[in-house]
Amino acid sequence: MRFIDEYRNERVAHGLLEEIARTVTKPWTLMEVCGGQTHTLIRAGIDQLLPEEIELVHGPGCPVCVTPLALIDEAIAITKRPDAILCSFGDMLRVPGSSEDLSMARAAGGDVRIVYSPLDALEVARRNPDRTVVFFAVGFETTAPANAMAVKQAKQLGIPNFALLVAHVLVPPAIMAILVSPGNRVQGFLAPGHVCAVQGWIEYEPIARDFGVPIVVTGFEPVDLLEGILMTIRQLEEGRAEVENQYVRAVGRDGNVPARAVVAEVFETCDRAWRGIGVIPKSGLRLREAYRAHDAELLFPRGDGVPASESEICIAGTVLVGRAKPDECPAYGTLCTPESPLGAPMVSSEGACAAYFLAGRSRQEVSS
Amino acid sequence: MCLGVPGKVVEVFEEDGLRMGVVDFGGIRRRACLAYEPGVEVGSYVVIHVGFAISVVDEQEAARSYELLAEMGNLEGIDLPQDPEGVRE
Amino acid sequence: MSGEAPREFALRCPVPLPPGETVLLGHGSGGKLTTQLIRDLLVPVLAGQGSELARLGDAAVVEVNGTRFAFTTDSFVVTPAFFPGSNIGELSVYGTVNDLAMMGARPMFLSAALILEEGLPMEELGAIVTSMAEACRRAGVTLVTGDTKVVERGSADGLFITTSGLGLVPDGVDVGPERARPGDAVLVSGPVGSHGVAVMSRRAGIEFEAELVSDAAPLTGLVEVMLAAGEVRCLRDATRGGLASVLNEFAEASKVSMTVVEAEVPVLPPVRAACEMLGLDPLYVANEGVCVAVVAAGDAEAVLAAARSQELGANASIVGEVGEGPPRVSLTTGLGATRPLIMLAGDQLPRIC
Repeated sequence: MRFIDEYRNERVAHGLLEEIARTVTKPWTLMEVCGGQTHTLIRAGIDQLLPEEIELVHGPGCPVCVTPLALIDEAIAITKRPDAILCSFGDMLRVPGSSEDLSMARAAGGDVRIVYSPLDALEVARRNPDRTVVFFAVGFETTAPANAMAVKQAKQLGIPNFALLVAHVLVPPAIMAILVSPGNRVQGFLAPGHVCAVQGWIEYEPIARDFGVPIVVTGFEPVDLLEGILMTIRQLEEGRAEVENQYVRAVGRDGNVPARAVVAEVFETCDRAWRGIGVIPKSGLRLREAYRAHDAELLFPRGDGVPASESEICIAGTVLVGRAKPDECPAYGTLCTPESPLGAPMVSSEGACAAYFLAGRSRQEVSS
Repeated sequence: MCLGVPGKVVEVFEEDGLRMGVVDFGGIRRRACLAYEPGVEVGSYVVIHVGFAISVVDEQEAARSYELLAEMGNLEGIDLPQDPEGVRE
Repeated sequence: MSGEAPREFALRCPVPLPPGETVLLGHGSGGKLTTQLIRDLLVPVLAGQGSELARLGDAAVVEVNGTRFAFTTDSFVVTPAFFPGSNIGELSVYGTVNDLAMMGARPMFLSAALILEEGLPMEELGAIVTSMAEACRRAGVTLVTGDTKVVERGSADGLFITTSGLGLVPDGVDVGPERARPGDAVLVSGPVGSHGVAVMSRRAGIEFEAELVSDAAPLTGLVEVMLAAGEVRCLRDATRGGLASVLNEFAEASKVSMTVVEAEVPVLPPVRAACEMLGLDPLYVANEGVCVAVVAAGDAEAVLAAARSQELGANASIVGEVGEGPPRVSLTTGLGATRPLIMLAGDQLPRIC
């Protein structure tokens, strides 16, 4: 596949590894923000090939992992209604809610459908006019334009039975929350490439400047990540703290202007609880007044259901902000596996815990 | 789910007032919404995320920056993969 | 167990039960949970250690009056029943034919038991059995006996098919999962991932315009030429759980280690692309027309050439080698790093075959 295969080239990757080794002179802690980046790093074994001085901690860029527990419980509650169809990305199906997950809800008779695109969910609404189709709108800024277009189309085409259960989260507030937290060790960030394809990198410039941390917009293939790491290390070694772009083939400073225009038309910012982490102010999106008729939370108000309760053993919150590695968790690989997850990061395709587990990392391993 | 995959636009059409396309990913094809990349034509490479083009691949930038990387890997020139043309069999 | 008041139909089990009170979907995935269930409950109770059953080959090899027969059975619960390139009927024939072929046997006779759900359209049933007949013709086997049951609506999800097969094992052929030795080569007969992706593409809400088709095919002819070309020690078709699971099974049974080179494993470009988009690892995706062989080092090239001489083996590749124990499988990644290639407990694609 073009624009993928060449970024997996072994010799180019090793050239970058050598250059990184030549450049680094002291220990540095970097965070890659996006779960997709975490997966590539672990699957390709990059964290084990890097010089010892460089430590990678994993960030909260797994939208499935940070979707609030209460919203998952609400999605499950919606499936119990015969007048509703719940559409969702496949990844959400096995994320633990307080007492069950969406796949169990489906097994119990709920109409839960996996879709690849929010436009597919809109199509389901069109074909089932007598029921309300709720699309579980999770994701970062990358996904917001797609979800915005779906609900904008619903309004435009007159499809009243389409609603969004909005769980959108935003990256920059999360990065700032990590930077201000006491004991933060992260000195440089690999910013998520596809989020920035939409947003551009303008909003990261004040963060780099105010906190004095280099931020490099980075892609998702091994060569991208190695180049991003090299650029970050160079900045750190040279005492610079700027925003740079590694993912030049897909990202520009202004991002995708028409996409952001539609997002701004449909959504507004709000406070959002991040599962495991807590409420981060102004870190989420919700539907604007003009689109509230399509808001699932208003159409299906949350009753007194099962109180939201997390596993007491799961340390997802600590893993998501880079304070612990998955293989340091006492439940990793024993009580918590992809088949019987205690928390979201073990079941999501972008979760750090799943990345470690599927790559065969054992609990005894000490990550370098 | 947050996967963004690059593919080549092989067809462009309108549907429900939206500009749509068929995108080829290394031999398999899927429809996608091109509304957010209005300048895209057949032959362009785009990054598709959940059925939407969110970015156009800047082939010149890609080639230029890859040259530098290839030099780092002591590679003289490099054969970039080509996606198959026409109907895949 | 002890201290229970005696009851008329007291459940009594002499072996420790697998952890958990109920059967999980994961127990059918072909991964670790399946292995545990078989090893900890089914084999000990049904036959005991050291039995032919305990060998856990794709088929059993039994001797009757000096003639060796291979005997196997398999159930097919794939959903949806029709998927690009094949259907549950065709799969039920090829799957059992291939299990026999994996023991080096010449498949001869099949039985088929159908469990039909009330409400299944006759047209669908007709199409499925027509496929079965066609598949038997192509595989050179005769369906000689069968059974039909109907269960209430909701109890069978369309239909389930169980086929059993009988074949003749020629003299001198001896393949088994426990026969791998350090130094042997690991060979795969074709590109992996096609079947699972074809089924997934119908199921997961991604519909591709150009079809990804299942690779379901009878492997008898291919296996015959491979066996004739050199010493093939282990053979298994890489169905549920994929290549990675088969290698883990061999490593465990033979008490050896294995190394696989990711870059050497053939994957068709559209399958690779689909795996990217679906977030699947082709090494774990089910196949229905690919087998994995462990071959004595000296014969590896000859067996490879023999496989490549056949249409189904055109993309055959040597993908790794066997090393000393303890049992484990490692993957050399595209970047040259090494990591364990674990046995998944469950499977991302339930009811794949």
